[in-house]
Amino acid sequence: MQEQKTPRLVMEGITKEFPGVKALSNVSFQLFPGEVHSLMGENGAGKSTLIKVLTGVYSNDEGTVKLEGSPIHVANPLEAQDLGISTVYQEVNLCSNLSVVENIFIGRQIMKKGRIDWKEMKSRAEEVLARLNLTIDVTKLLSSYSVAIQQMVAIGRALNVSARVLILDEPTSSLDTDEVNQLFGVIRKLKDEGLAIVFISHFLDQIYEISDRITVLRNGELVGEYMTKDLPRIELVSKMIGKELDAVSSNRDEVAKKERGEVLLEVEQLARKGSVEPFNLDLHKGEIVGLAGLLGSGRTELARLLFGADKADSGEIKINGSKTKLNIPKQAISKGIAFCSEDRKAEGIIPDLTIRENIILAMQGINGVFNYIPKKRQIEIADEYIKLLNINPRNPEQLIKNLSGGNQQKVMLARWLITNPELLILDEPTRGIDIGAKAEIMKLMISLSKDGMSILFISSELEEVLRTCNKIVVMRDREKVSEIDNGKQVTQQDIMKQMAGGVV
Amino acid sequence: MKSLKLDYRQLPLLATFALFIMMYAFGSTRYTGFLSTQVFLNLFIDNAFLIIVAVGMTFVILSGGIDLSVGSVIALTSMVAASLVMNAQLSPWIVIPICLLVGSLIGLGQGCLIHFFNLQPFIVTLAGMFLARGLSYLISVETIAINNPFFDFMASSRIPLGDSFISISVVIALVVVVLAVFVGHYSKFGRNVYALGGNEQSAVLMGLPVGKTKIMIYVISGFCASLAGLVFTFYMLSGYGLHANGLELDAIAAVVIGGTLLTGGAGYVAGSVVGVLILGIIQTIIVFEGTLSSWWTKIAIGALLLLFIVFQRVIVIRSKVKKSSVT
Repeated sequence: MQEQKTPRLVMEGITKEFPGVKALSNVSFQLFPGEVHSLMGENGAGKSTLIKVLTGVYSNDEGTVKLEGSPIHVANPLEAQDLGISTVYQEVNLCSNLSVVENIFIGRQIMKKGRIDWKEMKSRAEEVLARLNLTIDVTKLLSSYSVAIQQMVAIGRALNVSARVLILDEPTSSLDTDEVNQLFGVIRKLKDEGLAIVFISHFLDQIYEISDRITVLRNGELVGEYMTKDLPRIELVSKMIGKELDAVSSNRDEVAKKERGEVLLEVEQLARKGSVEPFNLDLHKGEIVGLAGLLGSGRTELARLLFGADKADSGEIKINGSKTKLNIPKQAISKGIAFCSEDRKAEGIIPDLTIRENIILAMQGINGVFNYIPKKRQIEIADEYIKLLNINPRNPEQLIKNLSGGNQQKVMLARWLITNPELLILDEPTRGIDIGAKAEIMKLMISLSKDGMSILFISSELEEVLRTCNKIVVMRDREKVSEIDNGKQVTQQDIMKQMAGGVV
Repeated sequence: MKSLKLDYRQLPLLATFALFIMMYAFGSTRYTGFLSTQVFLNLFIDNAFLIIVAVGMTFVILSGGIDLSVGSVIALTSMVAASLVMNAQLSPWIVIPICLLVGSLIGLGQGCLIHFFNLQPFIVTLAGMFLARGLSYLISVETIAINNPFFDFMASSRIPLGDSFISISVVIALVVVVLAVFVGHYSKFGRNVYALGGNEQSAVLMGLPVGKTKIMIYVISGFCASLAGLVFTFYMLSGYGLHANGLELDAIAAVVIGGTLLTGGAGYVAGSVVGVLILGIIQTIIVFEGTLSSWWTKIAIGALLLLFIVFQRVIVIRSKVKKSSVT
C-alpha cells in the first residue's frame, strides 16, 4: 500500500568521495511517510556518510535529493532542520551544560518583545516531551538526566521543528531493554502520525521489530531495498557482509573440552572501594574467560584493576605464581598484560596519527622512547597486521580517524598483539561494529587462545561470550556472583539469571 | 542529593558573593570609616573600566575562548583619543565613535582569524595584544595629557546618591552590565555563546550559527575594551602606551573568581562584576591597612585565583562522581 503513496524523500545517484576513499557511489534511497525505514550495512558501508549528505554535514559530489518532489540542496545542518529533516545521533549531540528546555529550543527560541520567552518555552517543552510520554523537570540541566532521557530530549528537539523526516542513528546502543521498548512505543506513535523515520541500528532484533522496509548498503554501494517481512534474517546478514554466512562456526564443544594449561593469573580478594568488591579469579594459559554482567556491574572496573589503570586497595595478584603489584599500566604491560578499552575514542585511538603509528605505539612504549623502531620495520609490522586482521583500508599511512569503528578496533587489537601479551583483556571489543568484523574478532580470539594466549573477554553480547569462552564469570553489583564452565548445556538464559540475580 | 545538583551551577557564584560579603565585613570591623557608602561606591568608581572589560571577557570565556588583547586595546584607545583630541583638535563627538570602532575592528579581525583559520584564541589574541600595544607607541612614546572641556566634565562630574556620589563612568559601566545580563539570558546570541562553550561539536550539529557567534564574541570583547579605554581615559585624563599594562589578566582573574568556568559553558555576567569588586576590595583593605605594600594585592589575587580554580574543579569532579553513581 505504501507503493501508492508518493515518497517523502528521494535520494538518487548519490556519490561522495573522500581523499583516497569512495564513500558512496551511485546510491539511491527513498523514504515514504508513515514508515520506519532501516538503513543497514557493515561499518564503512556508507550509512553515516549517506546520512551526513542528507543532513548537510557533507556535500555530495553527484546525485540529487528530492523532498516531497522538489529538489533540495542542503548546505548545512541548520538548513536541513529548516526543511524538516532532523537527526538524533548515536552519541547524544546536545549541550549538557544547558537546561532541557534550552536544548529543545536553542537556535529557534520563542521570542516575545525582542527577548526570549522562557515561560512559554518551558510549557511548550513540557508539551513536546509529553508527546513522548516523558514528564520531567525541564528546567534542570540536561546532564542531570540519564542517556535514555537525553535521547528522548533529542527526539523532542527534532519533533519540535514540525519534522518531516526523522533520522535515528543508533539510538538504542546505550539503552537498556525497558528504555528501548519505551523508545519503540514513541517511534510507533510518530509513525502513525505520518512521520517518515530512518532507523539505523546494529541490533537485528530491533530492526525486525520496528522497521517496515530495509535498505542495505555495502562498501558504499546499494545492495537493494526490501520489505522487512519478505527478508529473512540470514539473507539480510549475507547481503550485508556479502558472503554466505558460515554462521561464525561455533566451536563451543571444542572450547568446552579444551585441556587447561597451567595457571597464568591468580587474583585473590582483589578489591577497590566503590568499584569492585573482593574478587577471586584463576586464569589458565590459553583460556578465554568471559566476564558477563550488566553495565555498572564492575566488569570494566575489574579490568582496569588488572591493568593497573586504577589502583587496588587490597588483595593480591599472582602472575605465573609470583606475587606482583600492578599500580600503573606500565607495570602491567611489562608483565605481559594488554588492555583494549571499551571507550575506543577516549582511551584507544589517537585520531590524528596513521594506522601504522597507532599500531606501533604500545611496542614503542615498551622499547622506550629512545629506542626508535626504524620506519621500515614499522611499515613491515603494520602491513603484516593489516593483512592478518584484514584491516581496511590496506594503506598503513591512512589516518585512523578516517576508519570505520570495526577497523579502528582491529588496529587497537594489532597494537597490543605486537607486544605479544600473555594476557589480553578485551573490554567490549565488538561494541558498535558490524557482524562481519565481530565474527573476525571472535575467530581471532579463538585462534590466539589456541596459541596459548589467555584472554579476558568482557561483553554484553551473551551469544558471543557463549560462543568463545571456556569459562564465564558473572558479575553483579560489583561482585562476582558465579563462575560457569561453558558447555552445550549452558544457555543464555542461565547466564541472564545470574546477571539479574534473585528469582527470575 | 537534589539540592547538590541545583548548586552545581550556582555554587561558584554563591561562593563569590559570600567571599565578598566576608571581606567587606572583615574590613568594616577592622578599620574605622570602612563601612561607609562612599567607600563602597568608590569600588565602582575606581573599577568602572575593569567592570566593562570583564563583561566582554565573560562572553569570551563562556564560549571557551580567551582574549589577551583587551589591556593593549585600552592603551591604544587612550592614545587614539588623546592624540585626536589634543593633536588633531577633533571634537569628542567624532573621537568617541572612532575609538569604539578601533576596538571593535581589532575584535572583528581576531574573531575572523579564530573562526576561518581555526586558530587558537590564545595565540591570536596574544598577537593582537602585541600589535595594539605597539600601535599605541607608534602614535607617541610620551604621555599625552588631555585638556578638553568634555573630558574634564566626564572626569569630574559627580552624580549625587544620597550623601555620597558616583561618576558618569559608573553609570556607563552599569548600563553595560545590564545590557550584558539581558543579552546573556534573553537573546539568542547569548544562549548560543553558552552552547558553544558547552560543546562546539553539538552546537554545529544543532544548526547553531557557530561561526557568526564566535566572531561576534570577539567583536563584543573588543568593543568593551575600547569603551573601557574611554572610561579609563576619563579617569586618567591622559593617553599613554603603558596604560592598563597586564589588565587583561586582572579581567580574566575577575571573571574566574566570579564563577565562570575557564573551560566555558557555565557562568554569569553578574558574577564577573562581583569578581571585579573583590579585586577592588582587596586593594581597599590594603590601603586602609596602610603599612602593607601594594604588591600584596597581587599576592592576594593570586591566592584567591588558585583557590577558586581548585574549588571549581572539585565541584565538577563531584558532580561527575555523583552522575556515575546515579546512572
